Amino acid sequence: MIVDLQRFIANERPFWTELEKMLNHIEGEPNARMSLQQLQLFHLLYERTAAGLAKITTFSAEPEIRRYLENLVSRAYGEIHETREKQRRIFPVQWFFTTLPQTFRRHVRAFHLSLAITIVGCLFGGGAIAFDPASKSVLMPFPGLMQDPVKRVQEEEKATHDRLKGYKATFAADLMTHNTKVAIFTLALGMTWGFGTILMLFYNGVILGAVAVDYMRAGETKFLLGWLMPHGVIEIPSILIAGQAGLILAMAIIGYGSRHSLRARLRAVAQDVMTLIFGVAVLLVWAGFIESFLSQYHEPVIPYDLKIAFGCVELILLILFLSRSGRRKADALKSGVETPTGTSNGMGPFVRAAGSSPSTAGKDACRCGVTVPEELRPPKLDAH
Amino acid sequence: MLRFLKNFGLQNWTPIDNPLMKTSTLIIRTPEGIVFSQMLAGPVTRFLAWFIDLLCIQLVMSALGIVFGLFGIVSFQFAFAFYIIGLFLMGIGYGIFFEWSWRGQTIGKKLFRLRVVDVEGMRLQFNQIVVRNLLRFVDQLPLFYFVGGAACWLTAKSQRLGDVAANTVVIRSPQLREPDLDQLLAGKFNSLRQFPHLAARLRQNTSPMEAGIALQALLRRDEFEPVARVETFADLAAHFRGKVEFPAEATDGVADEQYLRNIVDALYRTK
Repeated sequence: MIVDLQRFIANERPFWTELEKMLNHIEGEPNARMSLQQLQLFHLLYERTAAGLAKITTFSAEPEIRRYLENLVSRAYGEIHETREKQRRIFPVQWFFTTLPQTFRRHVRAFHLSLAITIVGCLFGGGAIAFDPASKSVLMPFPGLMQDPVKRVQEEEKATHDRLKGYKATFAADLMTHNTKVAIFTLALGMTWGFGTILMLFYNGVILGAVAVDYMRAGETKFLLGWLMPHGVIEIPSILIAGQAGLILAMAIIGYGSRHSLRARLRAVAQDVMTLIFGVAVLLVWAGFIESFLSQYHEPVIPYDLKIAFGCVELILLILFLSRSGRRKADALKSGVETPTGTSNGMGPFVRAAGSSPSTAGKDACRCGVTVPEELRPPKLDAH
Repeated sequence: MLRFLKNFGLQNWTPIDNPLMKTSTLIIRTPEGIVFSQMLAGPVTRFLAWFIDLLCIQLVMSALGIVFGLFGIVSFQFAFAFYIIGLFLMGIGYGIFFEWSWRGQTIGKKLFRLRVVDVEGMRLQFNQIVVRNLLRFVDQLPLFYFVGGAACWLTAKSQRLGDVAANTVVIRSPQLREPDLDQLLAGKFNSLRQFPHLAARLRQNTSPMEAGIALQALLRRDEFEPVARVETFADLAAHFRGKVEFPAEATDGVADEQYLRNIVDALYRTK
């Protein structure tokens, strides 16, 4: 029981101030490491402040002190009990060539599902155009696709001037941002238990299938491949990966066969979802450039065979990248260090622990959660 | 007491331990047994903060327009391309950048004293910030964050879908003002202060909610009907008499309302 509140505050304030200083330091310099002595002091101050909060909580009329202490205790609690890695350093190359493909492979079943839904959409769209060509205006209500394929090819091949001259960069930027928005939307719709993501994938498949069959029926298969392949082999898998991320989110929400709580399931996939969507954004930047600077140019400017060959090379590289890149490190992780959630770190797609490699990332994961034994505690601080 | 709670419209206060019940407070219990609470922000305050953020985004976009407009003299297509990318990054990255740099706050949130925190009190992670901001795409459907607002109303911790996915909540830290005790006591003698150890026990035994109710009853005493006023103060005085028994010399001849003033004075005035 606190009899004299003023004296209690006067006695405890130095400890609170010291804890606040340490917290500001930790939060301001996340890469700095505390020595064992500093950790012991930090834990001692946390315990003392928490005890002060417990006393003041029953003190009905000190809301400001209580709020202040709650703030301190909550910040210190977050630092002490957080077991996920604290990282700030950015390693974009490491992330792109290791973390991204590893994450993709870890959830490859979701990708297969995403691909299957799109293929079903393609079959539906293609079948609809094949059996009922009049449905074109319903399936593809876009002016660019409504045109007769033969007529369009003739116009493109006869064009004597560059339609995109002076607008290529603008067009590329427009494509990048638009496609990234579609990808994020596809991911975000995973929150609808996956229904929205499935619809988006299916609809994309319908348009793709309808366009493909429309051009094939008109005998313009080579033009179609030359037009779509250079950017499509990156763009379409990107949307599939966004769908994969959306389905991962949906599966975490549904939680079929999992004993973990919704909160734990979502916490486990957040890192991977972010990694995938950042990867999609990078791929779509490339696809935007290619679509603007290459895909829109046809014979006689660029031979179709060359464009198709370019698309094939891109596709092979993408498959190799997603299936092989970072594989050795992934195997090392599988042999023991990988976390149960499947994520090798907890902070960000581009970041890992300062001074730690991915293969050792799990080893010091709990270094913030040090509990100082009684015998190691420093002597009590003097109040003044 | 319950009748009094009802008079103040507080009958909907819910037990803190039921995670499915709508609550206005985020309660964290540490393994050491310490409990601390944080007030959750409601959808209206959050909408206002978002509106401020929207204005900030518009302001920066306008500035970007001017800068790239000048750059357009050199190369129109590249200036416009960078402008498009700038707008996109601004729209997506504003929340991510500020919430990461300012530990869960944007300009709008700072103005309204709001903050994004982890739902379990842990350190906010970068992936949580990214996920909650990317899921705005669904929350803002079909217009003006209708889905997000509806989710806020329906979820126990006032979370929009992005918050649910990222395991975050938005808390509010209102500026607390000290009550005007002089208005209540105006220089009157408080017989309870002669017994500081009993006054300390009273403070120990009284919850913040009980103290708040007593204070509010006194501050709003003139709004009661005469009979209701007498009954209310009689109920409250009886309630507080049961908490700590002061000697007869401190309570004899003191009316219920005056007794409650003395109680509030003992609770709130610490000097």
